[in-house]
Amino acid sequence: MALTIVSQIFPREMIPAVLPLIEDKLQHSKEIIRRKAVQALYKFYLIAPNQVQHIHDKFRKALCDRDAGVMAASLHIYLQMIKESSSGYKDLTGSFVAILKQVVGGKLPIDFNYHSVPAPWLQIQLLRILRLLGKDDPRTSELMYEVLDESLRRAEINHNITYAILSECVQTIYTIYPNSELLEKAAKCIGKFVLSPKINLKYLGLKALTYVIHQDPNLALQHQMTIIECLDHPDPIVKRETLELLYRITNGQNVIVIVQKMLDYLKESKEEYAIINLVGKIAELAEKYAPNNEWFIQTMNAVFSVGGDLVHTDIPNNFLRLLAEGFDDGKEDDKLRVYAVKSYLALLEEDDALYPQKFLQVMSWVLGEYSSLVTDVDPEVILTKLHSLLRKTFVTSETKVWIMATVTKIASRTSCSKAVDEIIQEFSNSLDTCMRQYAFELKNLCKDKELMKNLLPFDASCSDMVVDASLSFLDGFVAEGLGRGAAPYKPHHQRQEEKLSQEKALNFEPYRLSFASSVSSSGITGRQSPTGLSVGSDTSVNSAETGHKETSTLKLEGVRKLWGKEGYLPKKESKEGKEKEPQTASCSTLSTGQVGDPPALRFDQVASISEEDKEKQQLASTLFIGLGSNAGVSLMGKAETATQKFKRRSKINEIQHSEEVSDFRNSAAADFGPLLDTRPINMEDSEGSLHTRLRKASLSSSDIVEDNLAFEMPQSLRKSGLEERLSENRLSQSSLFADSNIEIFQPSPSAQCESASKTPLIPSLPEELEELTHSEIVQLCQSDALALYLCKVWTDDSLLLTVFVSNKTTAVLNAVNLVFEEAEHFQILESPSYQFPAIEAESVERCQKYVWMDKICTQGVLSGSVNYQLEMETRLDFSVTLSLMDFIRPMQMTTEDFGKLWLSLSNDVKQNIKMSSSQDTLSAALNTLQQKLKLHIVDVIGNEGILACQLLPSVPCLLHCRTHSRMLALWFRSPCSALPDSLLYQCQKVMEES
Amino acid sequence: STICQLAEIHFILLFSRQGKLRLQKWYTTLPDKEKKKIIREIVQIILSRNQKTSSFVDWKDLKLVYKRYASLYFCCAIEDQDNELLTLEVVHRYVELLDRYFGNVCELDIIFNFEKAYFILDEFIIGGEVQETSKRSAVKAIEDSDMLQETVEEYMNKPAF
Repeated sequence: MALTIVSQIFPREMIPAVLPLIEDKLQHSKEIIRRKAVQALYKFYLIAPNQVQHIHDKFRKALCDRDAGVMAASLHIYLQMIKESSSGYKDLTGSFVAILKQVVGGKLPIDFNYHSVPAPWLQIQLLRILRLLGKDDPRTSELMYEVLDESLRRAEINHNITYAILSECVQTIYTIYPNSELLEKAAKCIGKFVLSPKINLKYLGLKALTYVIHQDPNLALQHQMTIIECLDHPDPIVKRETLELLYRITNGQNVIVIVQKMLDYLKESKEEYAIINLVGKIAELAEKYAPNNEWFIQTMNAVFSVGGDLVHTDIPNNFLRLLAEGFDDGKEDDKLRVYAVKSYLALLEEDDALYPQKFLQVMSWVLGEYSSLVTDVDPEVILTKLHSLLRKTFVTSETKVWIMATVTKIASRTSCSKAVDEIIQEFSNSLDTCMRQYAFELKNLCKDKELMKNLLPFDASCSDMVVDASLSFLDGFVAEGLGRGAAPYKPHHQRQEEKLSQEKALNFEPYRLSFASSVSSSGITGRQSPTGLSVGSDTSVNSAETGHKETSTLKLEGVRKLWGKEGYLPKKESKEGKEKEPQTASCSTLSTGQVGDPPALRFDQVASISEEDKEKQQLASTLFIGLGSNAGVSLMGKAETATQKFKRRSKINEIQHSEEVSDFRNSAAADFGPLLDTRPINMEDSEGSLHTRLRKASLSSSDIVEDNLAFEMPQSLRKSGLEERLSENRLSQSSLFADSNIEIFQPSPSAQCESASKTPLIPSLPEELEELTHSEIVQLCQSDALALYLCKVWTDDSLLLTVFVSNKTTAVLNAVNLVFEEAEHFQILESPSYQFPAIEAESVERCQKYVWMDKICTQGVLSGSVNYQLEMETRLDFSVTLSLMDFIRPMQMTTEDFGKLWLSLSNDVKQNIKMSSSQDTLSAALNTLQQKLKLHIVDVIGNEGILACQLLPSVPCLLHCRTHSRMLALWFRSPCSALPDSLLYQCQKVMEES
Repeated sequence: STICQLAEIHFILLFSRQGKLRLQKWYTTLPDKEKKKIIREIVQIILSRNQKTSSFVDWKDLKLVYKRYASLYFCCAIEDQDNELLTLEVVHRYVELLDRYFGNVCELDIIFNFEKAYFILDEFIIGGEVQETSKRSAVKAIEDSDMLQETVEEYMNKPAF
């Protein structure tokens, strides 16, 4: 009973306390107890995988338990672990297959039968495991073919449970490496499901069809009539699944019919979740396969008006981006835009129509950007319409701001307009401050038409604006401010930290000289209390930077005043221009308000009541067009590229846009601080590809390295001392750099002979760093022209990443740009990028970046890229693996301080670990921890020891160790809750290794 | 919450044709208010469904699998990629277990012995995963724990709702 409860409601903090007890229960003589113990461990695994890592071999024992129930329970754990990484468990495939064979063959006790089917739950669990193991792996899959065939054959009885097994089996067959014989049988099975009169089975068949459709479009052709019937099925779930199926077979030829079907369903559907989902799919299909402009615009109009404000913000953003970026053909673009403008004008024609806010925002943006393309409409008419919209009560203030921006854009292209004057008049005393501000801006802009035209160039929404992000033109202002005794600006992270360190009772950082200098630079403001001293260290690190950032907040206020009265700083203007773009793309409020479908969007209904069958035949032919003639997968759904009309122009543009989507209100807040920190965030889309690319690169080059290595060994004997050290390094490859095993790669044997002249190409640390503890220099990546090397230097207050860029060419490389991407767990002090003005031929340049760990993780990846110009723009991606231990430093303190701090900390984690024979004394264990984990031993008293360390910049973690009967009891405390867990894991690891 | 995504069955509800909740079991953590809202919503959805439709309903990002036994609806919430038929059989096996334990189970049995119904469910499903599929051993485990329980009568006389 207790075990049942353990697996149902168990808090993660208590796991270490009961873990040993449960481990004991694994040996219990009663199988029910063993089974529940396994189940409890499974729950622990789900809650905190780190803590049960060391008992994996016990899971294996459970898998081989003589009681099938215990074995079945252990399968849950395996399914989960294999889901996370299948590669580690391939060796178990044989066992799983053997078990399944026995189960299917009815070798289990009769107890496990369910309606005379042997252990169906067990079978399904095994099938799922096999599916994961066999995915994309021909060799492992081969082991399974026979048993899969057997289960298909055995599951012949006409009962629900056998259908459940069958469908699971079919899914496995289609997921693993294909075998034609099995595929054929599986296809027959699906056919049986689809044609079944039972609605549950029919639904399952459709679901199966949906996921096999990529591999076997012909199957859908065979069942096309059934699919058509299902489209008009009264049960919504069947209908939805059918649409899902159609969504996957959409191509350029059938898109119109399919999207129409989806829109029909959308109109009936009331459930929020379903609407969001479907709207996203329609928009995707429309973008990909639109046959012509009119259809595309009308479909998108329908999406916006039916989807209302539920649509995901991506949809309007993508749509506007498509319009703005255009496609390859400029004329086509303009036609599309003109059509869009015209259709929106027609929609706005109706006075009492209610449109969703997002739709109105899209309309107003398009009108603002492109209304001048339509020559036969007087801008005055548009302005009047917008004006009347501004007065409507259902329009939210966010939308009004969009409309206001539109008015401003149109006004910049007309000489003088009565409507504009009226708007200015009306909103100059509006209660809404945003609106009032816009009205004033507009008023002042109207006085200077020339400037207004420069500020709001036509169709420039996707051209890059040059913005002086560092606001260097304000440096003078800042210097003046500092001179008058203003405090220097502190970046956000620094302020936070200061706050933290003030809250804390104790400060362990020694006083630093650098603090004095930063005080003097900031004048005698005395804002920093003595408790804030620890901040001094990093103020010194980036004091130049800080002054810089200070500028941003202080000065904008000043600028804004200038702005209204006497003319503008031109640079500031370009910034303002940029600010206006973002708001056109920003959408954040969700409000209600559904709108009826505009009449212009109506298509002719395809199906009519009479001659039903004939209609269906016709529908089938339209739906499956392109499938029959050309069954190749390449024509199917997503793989199709040829007809993909609306292609994204370039990745770079995409990034810029995502960056631009920032809340416009920020501009009013005059806080440009954050802008300094923005940089392209392309982690999501490039990371995956980057990894694979890297892996490929290292794979292909590792062979070469090995060759080279073999051939180099004898040579190294007569090499200079330096060379010898290098080859030593190569042999003792540190495990830290598991993903970049290539050390220094010498271009050619001939180059090696003249080692003297080549030394500059081999990077080395400058003297001042050489003295600090540091890792070996490893190569990150290389191209024909460049090679990148990395060295981690573990300084006292941060991790210093030193990146060497060596120019292998015989020409000077100019403007080499190194950029680190923003990472979830890490923070790069100062800016994430670095530009080498020039790298001389065959020489090495170096850049240094200080890194902190922001969010705790045992290991994380920091990626980045190098751009350089050589004939063409080339980009080289790399990634650096950083582990928690890179950021842990010993912490010096007295026993007394330790005692005080210990009592003030609340997050604690306790765990007992077994000590191996090599370190059965306390001192041996402590030494291991000190050497491997950089912990500082504060004191040792009898069989107890206390240790301290800190996570940079200054999060302490205290450890109390006690030995008793060959067990080491570890007790961690830290102000940060995640730190003890991670450290505990590291401790377990090093103790097991030693 | 990670557990939320990992459990195979998110929750099980038993309710009568009149919409009265008879038994609820949650394998995900939710605040009480949220639970009540969900229950109200689901009972309404399922009771309004036609007899001829399938036993599956899309609900938010989950799928509801339900079956009616006499006047009681048994309803499970599972994830989209889970096997619906298998879930139906889970429900069926639970009903069989109840039937075996009570001997021809009826709604009143569950009303008056709700704690037994929960015990059986716990024996059968742990943390959202099917555990004990053998009828005999599941019922035996419950009977064993009954022996330990001294004052059964006290519970028997207490009305459930």
